Amino acid sequence: MEWDWAYAREILPLLLSGLKVTVIATVLGAAVAAVLGLVFALLRRSSNRIVARTAGFLVQFIRGTPLLVQLYFIFYVLPDIGIRLPALAAGVIGMGLHYATYAAEVYRGGIEAVPRGQWEAARATNLTMRQTWINVVLPQAVPPMIPALANYLLAMFKETPLLSAITVLEMMNQAKSIANSSYRYVEPMTMVGVFFLVISLISVAILRWLEHRYGRRT
Amino acid sequence: MGDWAGYLVLILEGAWVTVRLTVMGCALALVVAFVAGLGRIAPWAPVRWLATAYIEFFRGTSIFVQLFWIYFVLPMTGVSLGAMEAGVLALGLNVGAYGAEVVRGAILAVPNDQREATVALNMTGWQRLRHVILPQALPLMLPTFGNNAIELLKATAVVSLISLADMTFQGQIVRSQTGNTIVPFLTILVLYFLMSLAIAGAIGWLERRVTRGLDGVR
Repeated sequence: MEWDWAYAREILPLLLSGLKVTVIATVLGAAVAAVLGLVFALLRRSSNRIVARTAGFLVQFIRGTPLLVQLYFIFYVLPDIGIRLPALAAGVIGMGLHYATYAAEVYRGGIEAVPRGQWEAARATNLTMRQTWINVVLPQAVPPMIPALANYLLAMFKETPLLSAITVLEMMNQAKSIANSSYRYVEPMTMVGVFFLVISLISVAILRWLEHRYGRRT
Repeated sequence: MGDWAGYLVLILEGAWVTVRLTVMGCALALVVAFVAGLGRIAPWAPVRWLATAYIEFFRGTSIFVQLFWIYFVLPMTGVSLGAMEAGVLALGLNVGAYGAEVVRGAILAVPNDQREATVALNMTGWQRLRHVILPQALPLMLPTFGNNAIELLKATAVVSLISLADMTFQGQIVRSQTGNTIVPFLTILVLYFLMSLAIAGAIGWLERRVTRGLDGVR
């Protein structure tokens, strides 16, 4: 089958509008994941054993099951119990929840990597809990987390095509609808692939820089 | 009640497809990971470039796009694949690209004096790899391979979108036939979770086996 440049140019605006939705979904999903991840991480550190274990199990469960099924669950089950969400909102919540479990592990690892001596020194110098966190622990815990979090952001971006399964009109769904109405698969599918590849390659370059800038020095 | 038994059989049939996809996908991914991972540290530059290009391409685009490309675009160039073959191919190539980086990292992590010792002992390239490098690199790879296998299991859900009757697909069928949303989706979520626990358990067992006799070395 021939590659048709005129056709490719014709469908470009539609794909770009899909790309916009993809980016919006990624950014919102990342925000949800960052906040929920913190909640999970704190719950797992809870001194209440039952809370900590429940949170731990939940994290493991979400990490062990496919995002697609979780999206279906949110998209189809919530309306049945009276919560109506637009498809994009369901998608953002689903992706955010899924990646929150990954973010939680990053937060936990980052906080646990701060040496005990730092905590003890903070106590010895009579810092309040708030001062300890803001001035001692977080400045040391956050920079090493940045490359790992950026990595998951990129992973999430690549999973956004799953949203097409719950009718979000993102880039992949645009490509599918174009392909289905014109019976030409080569151009839309290839272009979506190229878009993803280009954005990923740029992101990987940024990621390498972040690792270099903030990575744990060994 | 009799109906539910029928639906459960439907989901279990889907589970069998998911298991087969996971096993075959993992097998392909393992082979690809070693070929590409060793390719990246090969002494010949063109082989390194080829391996790098493959890895960057498959890590840079999402499994979803790759699957659709293999299933819808490849047939137009004359290569026609069934849904199952397309699924295994996409899963294997995608996860294999991630695995290749693991193989490369683990092999490079083997201390350099080990390599120098093999040179001093006049071993051939294959002997070095088989008897000295790999036995030490393998235990380093296993935990990440386990995570990759679970990622592969989760990614199998995507093949339901090219109408392969895996567990997610069957879950959707049950949903559309019964109108019940929570039961089918919760069932498949639990089944996926059990499968990922099984994979984690199997890798843990393998890890204990492979590290047997390595105590005291590291």
